[in-house]
Amino acid sequence: MTVPTLSAPLQAAPPGPRFTPRATTVLYAVLLALALLMPLQNAIYLVFLMKILCFALFACAFNLLLGYAGLLSFGHAAFFGSAAYATAHVCKALGYGPATGILIGVAVSTAIGFVIGCIAIRRQGIYFAMVTLALAQLLYFVAIQIPLTGGEDGIQNVPRGVLFGLVDLSNDTAMYYVVLAVFVGGFALVNRTIHSPFGAVLQAIRENEPRAVSLGYDVNRFKLLVFVLSAALSGLAGSTKAVVFQLASLADVHWHGSGEVVLMTLLGGVGTVLGPVVGATVVVVLQTLLASAGSWATVVVGLVFMTCVLLFRRGLVGELAPLFRRKARPRR
Amino acid sequence: MNALLSMSPQSMAAQLLIGLINGSFYALLSLGLAIIFGLLNIINFAHGALYMLGAFVAWIGLTQVGPWIGIPDFALNYWVALIVAPLVVAAFSVLIERTMLRRLYQLDHLYGLLFTFGLALVLEGLFTHWYGAAGQSYNVPAALTGPVRIEALGIVLPKYRLWVVVASLVVCFGTWWTIERTKLGAYLRAGTENPKLLKAFGVNVPLMIMLTYAYGVFLAGFAGVLAAPIFQVSPLMGSNLIIVVFAVVVIGGMGSIGGSILTGLGLGLIEGLSKVVYPEASAVVIFVIMAIVLMIKPAGLFGKEA
Amino acid sequence: MAALPHPSASGRPVLVVRDLHAWYGESHILHGIDFEVREGEVVTLLGRNGAGRTTTLKAILGMTDRRTGSIVVNGQETLGMADHRIAHLGIGYCPEERGIFSALSAEENLMLLPAVGAQGMSLDEIYTMFPNLKERAKSPGTRLSGGEQQMLALARILRTGARLLLLDEITEGLAPVIVQKLGEVILQLKTRGYTVVLVEQNFRFAAPLADRHCVIEHGRIVQTVARAELDDSKAVLDELLGV
Repeated sequence: MTVPTLSAPLQAAPPGPRFTPRATTVLYAVLLALALLMPLQNAIYLVFLMKILCFALFACAFNLLLGYAGLLSFGHAAFFGSAAYATAHVCKALGYGPATGILIGVAVSTAIGFVIGCIAIRRQGIYFAMVTLALAQLLYFVAIQIPLTGGEDGIQNVPRGVLFGLVDLSNDTAMYYVVLAVFVGGFALVNRTIHSPFGAVLQAIRENEPRAVSLGYDVNRFKLLVFVLSAALSGLAGSTKAVVFQLASLADVHWHGSGEVVLMTLLGGVGTVLGPVVGATVVVVLQTLLASAGSWATVVVGLVFMTCVLLFRRGLVGELAPLFRRKARPRR
Repeated sequence: MNALLSMSPQSMAAQLLIGLINGSFYALLSLGLAIIFGLLNIINFAHGALYMLGAFVAWIGLTQVGPWIGIPDFALNYWVALIVAPLVVAAFSVLIERTMLRRLYQLDHLYGLLFTFGLALVLEGLFTHWYGAAGQSYNVPAALTGPVRIEALGIVLPKYRLWVVVASLVVCFGTWWTIERTKLGAYLRAGTENPKLLKAFGVNVPLMIMLTYAYGVFLAGFAGVLAAPIFQVSPLMGSNLIIVVFAVVVIGGMGSIGGSILTGLGLGLIEGLSKVVYPEASAVVIFVIMAIVLMIKPAGLFGKEA
Repeated sequence: MAALPHPSASGRPVLVVRDLHAWYGESHILHGIDFEVREGEVVTLLGRNGAGRTTTLKAILGMTDRRTGSIVVNGQETLGMADHRIAHLGIGYCPEERGIFSALSAEENLMLLPAVGAQGMSLDEIYTMFPNLKERAKSPGTRLSGGEQQMLALARILRTGARLLLLDEITEGLAPVIVQKLGEVILQLKTRGYTVVLVEQNFRFAAPLADRHCVIEHGRIVQTVARAELDDSKAVLDELLGV
């Protein structure tokens, strides 16, 4: 009897694109157009949108691991935060430009992802989650201690810099377009991975690992590869965030952050393409609304978690998408 | 190493005691986790928060209940709290188990982890809101204040801390003995192995699950009361602890009850000793050991399957 | 097709199953099982693998995911009862995989099950019936040989006072000597008035013991052969059970 996997109960709708390919393209085009036009309006702050984009990328990277490979990592803040610190340090203390900073940030998170991945892969399921949590906590304690991270204060006043010597990123509009480009690139990469043969093998591993092994796949190599990829993209999100907010701090490597990205993915819909984006948006909005509420924010986040797990496992996209599918049918 | 070898018996004893105390808490909490996991297949992330809850209930009983009911001098003393607080925490958990956790048993284990994670956040947030993040102090009970002299070894140790170690060891051993050597424990062992069959034989497995869960949580609450006079009673006291306990559990493997206890104690000792040898690393030494154990024996020291 | 009891068994009905449907998840295994077992009878459930014999026993004990119909044990309807109460109507179960708990010693396994009836065999009686269980009392349950485990599985339900025994493939994989011993035990139980429902592949084992044979195919009882009719029904049985 197969053990139900985390996304198995979510696959009530058949896997694959939830909308017809044409509808998907139209949807993406509309969203992209909207995004490109954002700097023209005044109602929503660009910085707020950039925050959403960074965390949406983080959530997409996480979803790659959870939704498609079936691996729950409870320590993803380690990648987000380590890249943030690396980028902040490179840009501020070493004076390099943002592109170099982000590149190095991603390299750092990728390397850490490789190390943590190698260790965590040794176990599966629950244990895997606990190991990632513990190793991320290890990193947290290291971050508290080593001088380069600035301890409790973090690294502040990270210069936005000038991208490729051409674009001054201290201009919010310019920064916004760069972040949008980073997000679109990351999102496309995730999408490409999901719909590739590699992605198909991942899903096979998630559904029935022993079977994948018996088919001859080196399961551990695939898992490690997707883990490192997820770590790299999480790092990309963290690095970008460090440049946008000009700050890298302990909050970036705290286990609350790991929990938050899980929530974003769960709330949006594990194993869906747009779910993480939707989830990230909701969580960031929620956090902004609760910013002055102090510890109530934690309580609310906890309640949302509990509610999601009990009643709402397919997440927003998982629940709503089938409605759109039904609406599309009558055209036949 | 020099630091270690040049220690006087007194400093060595004091350091070992600290290590044993931490080890006692690791043992109590990982024991509770292992018991709950064995039967329910749920990793209770809220275990740390429930430990915190135990400490808070004890503190509230001591300092707050009196003013609430209008009798300022009324207080639930430590000894009462040792039993009452864990019972309150256990009752609360049983309520959660019956109404919500039960629905998750058929699902992937990870949902249980996520649910209890949410619960931990709720508890942490509520108590931070009500009492602030800074710790409240809880006085050592009169009977346990002061030092204990062990003439034979020439050392002096705080009575309360010795008590904590002794009480934990007694409870751990008692639990182990009940599970491994009595009929009651036989039901638990059988139920962990094949609950469906046991139910078909006429054993009230759902009740057993509820009581087992309650006991696992009772252990956490009990540890909380023990901890109250040593560490500050703060809403955050559980969360950092639970992550270390997770590492302890991974190192030990959840296959054996005795294994959880030994691993917890052993790691506490190692952590205590590392504070002498290399203090900066003491916060992470357990995680490092976890990484090493994973590379050598993934199933854990006492684990049964990889 | 209802399976009528043998005319000579005049006891009261201990187990009455009517229109039993059972599912494992989405799989609909039993499609309307009807049969009745009277006190003191030994009835076998025969059939090919996958026909639904084990599922029938499991359904009686509430171990399937879903079931509809009626199962009355000793006059009490069990559908709608809490699962863990069903055995207390006086049922003892030997699962196909024997179900010996590895985390318990042989003796712990033996003593574990709660009493479900008044006349449970004493420990002495059990050890008289199964002497080698006494020697192996302290060994971990699964360190016993297959035959010993089967005897342990049988012994522990005899201790509970169960009078209706559901036995699933008890001779599977065992040496002829042990199979013979099991046959003797079943006969003894029969003379003592136990009611036994036996799922058996080994027809040679079942034939001399049973009052009636019910053949299950595709989740229904398709043929019942009373003991007296065995010789006449050889051909039919061969066809139904042959692979």
